Amino acid sequence: MHSLAFDIAHFLAGSMVVVSFLLLYQDRLYSLLNVFALHSLVLALAVGWQASTQNAHHLYVTAAIALIFKAIVIPTVLHRIVRSLGIHRTLDVVGGVGRDMLAGAALVALAILVMLPVTAGADALAREDLAFALAVILLGLLLMVTRQNAISLVIGFMSLENGLILAATGARGMPLVVEISVAFSVLIALIVIGVFLFRIRERFDSVDMQAMDTFREERRK
Amino acid sequence: MNSVGLVTMTALLVIPASAALLLMLLTGYRLGARLNVGAALLSLLAACTLFEARPDANAYLRVDDFNIYLIVLNNWVSFTTSLFSASYIAHELETGRLTPAYLRFYHAMYQALIFAMNLALLANNIGLLWVAIELATLITVLMVGLYRTRAALEAAWKYFILGSLGIALALFGTTLVYLAAQPAMGQGLPAMAWDQLLAHAAAFDPALLNLAFVFLLLGYGTKAGLVPLHAWLPDAHAEGPTPISAVLSGLLLNVALYAVLRFKMLMSANPKALAPGPLMIMLGLLSLLFVGLMLYRRGDIKRLFAYSSIEHMGIITFAFGIGGPLANFAGLLHMTMHSLTKSAIFFAVGHISQVKGTQRISTIRGLTVTHPALGWGLVAGVIAIAGMPPFGVFTSEFLVVSSTFARQPLLALLLALGLLLAFGTLLWRLQGMAFGKPDGGPIVPNQTSILPMLMHLALVLVAGIWLPGPLVVWFHHVAALLG
Repeated sequence: MHSLAFDIAHFLAGSMVVVSFLLLYQDRLYSLLNVFALHSLVLALAVGWQASTQNAHHLYVTAAIALIFKAIVIPTVLHRIVRSLGIHRTLDVVGGVGRDMLAGAALVALAILVMLPVTAGADALAREDLAFALAVILLGLLLMVTRQNAISLVIGFMSLENGLILAATGARGMPLVVEISVAFSVLIALIVIGVFLFRIRERFDSVDMQAMDTFREERRK
Repeated sequence: MNSVGLVTMTALLVIPASAALLLMLLTGYRLGARLNVGAALLSLLAACTLFEARPDANAYLRVDDFNIYLIVLNNWVSFTTSLFSASYIAHELETGRLTPAYLRFYHAMYQALIFAMNLALLANNIGLLWVAIELATLITVLMVGLYRTRAALEAAWKYFILGSLGIALALFGTTLVYLAAQPAMGQGLPAMAWDQLLAHAAAFDPALLNLAFVFLLLGYGTKAGLVPLHAWLPDAHAEGPTPISAVLSGLLLNVALYAVLRFKMLMSANPKALAPGPLMIMLGLLSLLFVGLMLYRRGDIKRLFAYSSIEHMGIITFAFGIGGPLANFAGLLHMTMHSLTKSAIFFAVGHISQVKGTQRISTIRGLTVTHPALGWGLVAGVIAIAGMPPFGVFTSEFLVVSSTFARQPLLALLLALGLLLAFGTLLWRLQGMAFGKPDGGPIVPNQTSILPMLMHLALVLVAGIWLPGPLVVWFHHVAALLG
């Protein structure tokens, strides 16, 4: 029998996978941002729970970063960017939501098939956390490759990064997790600033990745 | 002695870090450029004293036989590049491509980049290694976008997304290494310390280690510009300031490769783990052949040499993938030679694009007539990088090919094919740029110093003719370590 502590950790990590799926079928920017905030909130809870069960107080810092920075500050800033840039559009999804959901389900199966056998030696919590984390990472990657809009790309990357933090905190007693999550937050902050800068300086007509892709060497020849 | 070593090891981090802060505060670009050169020189001196007094490893930092030469190489190239940068930047300011405010930022970031690369090389902790490489990526992203043109921003954005993705994969790999080590080594800091990991690697869970290596190879491989994860590299090289192209090609790619090699050593130390060689051979060969086929279409001079960097990273990865004392020796030598030659070429290219006012190969004509020193410097550099004697790159490429022939003749054929394709294209492109008929426009004289380029070319030439005995002994020693 597993203890309650295990069940809660399991539930929270599993919820992150579910929220990753929610991210996949959002077709409006604002709701995408809100779901991402939920994703980070669940991460904060999962990390906080790990901190208390592992008795690792430094992990509370990571949880606080996830809560304040990623669940509150980043979505608010992105909301503002979307509003000020006037990209009130619905998101176009390449190939349709149905295909994405199927691909997502396949990726989750892949994550479990890959992670569970190789971690046979590790303790149950770490194994399943890792499998969930890999699923979140792969779903984040899927979001990144199937969306063309820069904001969705950033959201995809940040959900991927949430998966990484989940993996790192699930690894019992891993040192430097706090430092790593701080380093990641700096990176994310810069990405967000980057999106903003690109537009603010009016160098791009849109933050659409396809528009940027057309600007290739071929055109300069 | 050890306390001296500890001081110099710390100095390698403190000098660039404090110089970066100071440069942030200082206005006046002349002073900034001088301070930049001075700080790089100090770091170089500190790096050289590491040979005399080697510090003991602690939980975070470590100097061993492997990284010591990369540290010296790193600080040497950052010093010569800072010299080049001083003259390059002055010209950019005159033509108004950059403003003094941006220059302040540029110099501070330059030192911060040296700090990050030194930290990555010195790190004895795989988490710290990751943080350092992440920092280096962020700084180079900012530098690539420095010109704020549409193309530069696009290049920076592309680099940012791909680089972050690589970094994310590498972090997952790092976590997996920790998890593989944890049952054997217990929780906490030792299970992430590189020297401890190596000592206990035989007891790790092989399946987890295998999975970790795949993530690490893809993650850090992205940073090293290996095909198919190379898409950021040509853009970043072409659109950023040329000193940064030199540092990116000459140093940062090496640092990423160094991280891969560290983990390869872990894999080799575990008898039950997957052999890392075939994976590396595949990525290396893919990079080499891809570049061999794509090189001829490049119309931009910096892009041309950026592609050539992908090719050489491929060769090095291939050599280490083949493994064994001879191929490892060749790989180490090639890392050094490529670093020196490629930065020399970028120095030349920087001056050339400034005097010609363009980066397009088709409009650069007859350099040996209009600018003999630059033109012949470029000729020497391209001949060296294409792998012709008497330069050092020839020695290392020859060693790679011959050691592969002895072990895997079929692979050696593919390798030779890739080398020949790249060789032919580079010489064909060089032909027009160096010896074609000048376009007859007004000739802008080059007023900047070509000393850094000459120093590098001289070193590569000397290495091609005569490698000092101690260096050979040392290369052999490290080659044996790499397994």
